[in-house]
Amino acid sequence: MLAVVIGGLYAAGMYLMVRRSIVKMIFGLALLGNAANLLIFTVGRLTRGRPPHVPVDGVLSPLPVADPVPQALILTAIVIGFGVQAFALVLIKRVYQTVGSDDQDEMTTENKGQGEDA
Amino acid sequence: MRTLLFFPLIIPLATAVLGLLAWNHRTVQRWLGIGSTALLTVVGSNILVQVQHYGIQSVQAGNWPAPFGITLVADTFSSLLLLATGVMGLCVTVYSLADADSDQESRGYHPLLQVLLLGVCGSFLTGDLFNLYVWFEVMLIASFVLLALGGKREQMEGAIKYVALNLIASALLLAGIGLLYGVTGTLNMAHLAIRLQEMPHTGTVPVIAVLLFCAFSIKAAVFPFYFWLPASYHTPPVAVITIFSALLSKVGIYVLIRVFTLIFPQETMAGQPLILGAAGLTMLFGALGALAQPELRRLLSFCVISQIGYLLMGLGLMTPLALAGSIFFMLHIMAAKSTLFLTTGLIARMIGTTVLKELGGLYRRYPLLAVLFLMPALSVAGIPPLSGFWGKLALVQAGLQGKQYLLVTVALGVSVLTLYYLVTAWIDVFWKNRPAGAAELHSPAPVRRRQMLAPALLLTLLSLIMGLLPELVFKLCRTAAEQLLHNDAYIKAVLGATQ
Repeated sequence: MLAVVIGGLYAAGMYLMVRRSIVKMIFGLALLGNAANLLIFTVGRLTRGRPPHVPVDGVLSPLPVADPVPQALILTAIVIGFGVQAFALVLIKRVYQTVGSDDQDEMTTENKGQGEDA
Repeated sequence: MRTLLFFPLIIPLATAVLGLLAWNHRTVQRWLGIGSTALLTVVGSNILVQVQHYGIQSVQAGNWPAPFGITLVADTFSSLLLLATGVMGLCVTVYSLADADSDQESRGYHPLLQVLLLGVCGSFLTGDLFNLYVWFEVMLIASFVLLALGGKREQMEGAIKYVALNLIASALLLAGIGLLYGVTGTLNMAHLAIRLQEMPHTGTVPVIAVLLFCAFSIKAAVFPFYFWLPASYHTPPVAVITIFSALLSKVGIYVLIRVFTLIFPQETMAGQPLILGAAGLTMLFGALGALAQPELRRLLSFCVISQIGYLLMGLGLMTPLALAGSIFFMLHIMAAKSTLFLTTGLIARMIGTTVLKELGGLYRRYPLLAVLFLMPALSVAGIPPLSGFWGKLALVQAGLQGKQYLLVTVALGVSVLTLYYLVTAWIDVFWKNRPAGAAELHSPAPVRRRQMLAPALLLTLLSLIMGLLPELVFKLCRTAAEQLLHNDAYIKAVLGATQ
């Protein structure tokens, strides 16, 4: 079930990334980030309803304890992802101000030199 | 003594923070930048000496034992590169005293440069894959902002491509790291090496290796993934490109070499034809791209790609000689290519253009500048007494020993091409007569020129020393390569306390 969701997210993210609009590119990035996080979540050997650690004087349960590392990884990755997305948003705002369009093709064209200031 | 390993992280971080506190005092920021990079150089050379004396050094942050805590490791390879980071940082900071305009500086150019150095040093030192991801992101965010700083139209275009491709690479890297954790249950690189030695290399492990290879290759601009580099490298100020070409793309190669010798040696052997193919094509396409460029900075960007092929060639061959050649070549290219970029920046400053057609006749007025361009150009092409020759010689020898005749032919052919396009560029800029109606030369104030020339001179000198006394550096590279290929010492240095 989750595998299908991850696949869908990757596909959608990739599709959005190759679109011409930069806004869609940012959405694509967000989706890709989430897909990667979910991937870690799934392959990180989930154990449901188990504590991630045992108190010092506690009894070690015979069942496997949940592994906190994937959670820590995802948490870090989410935070970094937010930072990057925030930067990307500011960047596209800036690009929009400079270029006046969110179309990637219009940025590359030959009318260079216009909008040098800004 | 071991706390020494923390210094390359603390120095730039502290400087960046102090620089931010001194937001409105640009002179303070400048001196902080110079002080920090000089200190980084000293610390880097200290670490190098320590590693030579006492073997590979490692330190566990917060005293958590190795596979659980965060590990910093320095072997000869990483300490050599740390030293190089310090030197490059110093050169670029001094150069940007004259080159960075007040607009850039008031938007935090100097603190950003320090954050970039922090990320680079972190990537060189870390012994833990996830940490590597974090350092990469630190480095990337700083580089994004540096790239877009100034906000010109073509900078925006470059920045968008750079940001998008690097973020895809980060997503791939993250996915690879997650899968690797799922398979092995550890993220410490030394521990990973042991775990993967014990388990059969089928199913997911090769897939993970490919994922990581792609992620690092995008960062390093290896053949199928190099398109972002020429699109973005020619737009920002020269000081910024210099540090990018000297450090950022080399971090990609460093990590490729580290991860694929330490964690995936089997996959590297199995994927040898692929890696070598990518190396050859990177060289070829970089050189062909450079041939077609009418503008100096673009030409040099393609040249960066072409040289990355040689670095990858060493990894693909996986012999001590080849790896030593790669490491030597890496140090050489940092010095030589940066000199080229810095000189180009000076030309751009004085003439106001770097389009080859509009340049010419500079030799008569600036013979020193002409020499400063020609020397590294010949060095990059691999003319004998200069540093590039020895790196290439080692790689070619290793290639012949490994019976990779096609690749050696490509490497030699690309050298000839490199010689051709760099010398043509040199003739265009310095030798041929000035085209009629060209803009008048306006030279910057003499003091500023000295600040811009000094780093270029220093780097040329270093490159010359490497060329004339190659044994000095090559011995170190040889040690570094041995340490990479026999990773028991590395594993022991990291996990020693727990075993």
